[in-house]
Amino acid sequence: MLAKRIIPCLDVTGGRVVKGVNFVELRDAGDPVEIAARYNDQGADELTFLDITATSDDRDLILPIIEAVASQVFIPLTVGGGVRTVEDVRRLLNAGADKTSFNSAAIANPQVIRDASARYGSQCIVVAIDAKRRFGADLLDRGEGWDVYSHGGRKNTGLDAVAWARQMAEFGAGEILLTSMDRDGTKAGFDLELTRAVSDAVDVPVIASGGVGTLDDLADGIQQGHADAVLAASIFHYGEYTVAQAKARMAERGITVRI
Amino acid sequence: MKKIVNTVAVVDYGMGNLRSVAQAVLHAAADSGVNVIITAEPAQVRAASRVVLPGQGAMPDCMRELRASGLLEPVLEAAASKPLFGVCVGMQMLLDHSAEGPAGVGTPGLGVIGGEVVRFDLAGRTQADGSRYKVPQMGWNQVFATQPRHALWSGVPDGSWFYFVHSFYARPSDARHTAGEADYGGRFTAAVARDNIFATQFHPEKSAAQGLALYRNFLHWNP
Repeated sequence: MLAKRIIPCLDVTGGRVVKGVNFVELRDAGDPVEIAARYNDQGADELTFLDITATSDDRDLILPIIEAVASQVFIPLTVGGGVRTVEDVRRLLNAGADKTSFNSAAIANPQVIRDASARYGSQCIVVAIDAKRRFGADLLDRGEGWDVYSHGGRKNTGLDAVAWARQMAEFGAGEILLTSMDRDGTKAGFDLELTRAVSDAVDVPVIASGGVGTLDDLADGIQQGHADAVLAASIFHYGEYTVAQAKARMAERGITVRI
Repeated sequence: MKKIVNTVAVVDYGMGNLRSVAQAVLHAAADSGVNVIITAEPAQVRAASRVVLPGQGAMPDCMRELRASGLLEPVLEAAASKPLFGVCVGMQMLLDHSAEGPAGVGTPGLGVIGGEVVRFDLAGRTQADGSRYKVPQMGWNQVFATQPRHALWSGVPDGSWFYFVHSFYARPSDARHTAGEADYGGRFTAAVARDNIFATQFHPEKSAAQGLALYRNFLHWNP
């Protein structure tokens, strides 16, 4: 049976892996190959690198990191953050990435998902969705649900998250990386309702993200959120838990994991 | 005395993530005396003592590019004469025909291993834990060797986890050509083998230690 996946997410800027608290106080977290190898040894099923570089000038600095990791660590590598064009996909795949994750660029130009998946296959095109529960006037106008935000969560696109996920899967996205903005950084657990709504709506795998504070949150994301994979950053980075502990807990809860 | 150089050619016909296959083969070959080349040159594929045929993306595109690159003939020659390892679509191309491509028509393959490549038909079905089957199958699944156990499984325990990303899978016409199986809505062929050919639907290059073990075995395989 196909295992449910655990995916640690690493932030990259200026050619280094960093860690921060709520996007401030970024600290050097160490050598990317060492960190990737450590998660690999712990049993991580994939790794996601998120380029949090603010300017496009420094964006290419992620390429040597991906090259270095890909030559030593043999599990799937996804790169997100600032991926805009089919050419970006080509460069990242050539550097050793296996998947590339589009976010704002897919909203600005949905056709890029069709083009990129036609050229390189759906298996390497992920669409990341930052979703937030509707509130205020939006809630009154359009009812309960979640809106898609772009530009790092600063701009409400007015798109419904479930409909958008469906459209992106139709356009050729091979996977949806779904982040709850309401839960991100709170350690209160995934937004399970959101995760389930999207996961049940599409035929491609869904990765749940945002809000993990405990190992049971991960298991809940799979069992109650119907996610195919769970992504977490802080619980692993700060040594609170290892990936192996997370897998052991998931296995105890009856979830098929690769151990 | 002339030393026979063991050279493995990773065939570069312009499709998919060839680099990760090459990286893993290089890693598996480290300190083994095996020379790894990544090549788009038909002559180099002909000269190599063993060949790896990667493949990613859609089968019609892979077949078209293989033909356009002039590498189809040397690959067919390799399939007839020396150890050949196909990966993912590089495996699917070895079969007679794939359902992937124009509706109702599909795409002809190389016909090196008899059988068809068909799509997972799992719409609306749920897994044992109640979750829905998704297509593509994306992630780690357990592979079990069929009997008699193929030499390339040496040192790879039954039920080892390998990384899959695919919507189509092979259905060899001769059951003896299935070398390994996995379960996704029923057992399906995860690896095929015949004589000097071994090929996997999963990606050894993304399957951590067990994947590297498989490549290492291939580099020293003498069928």
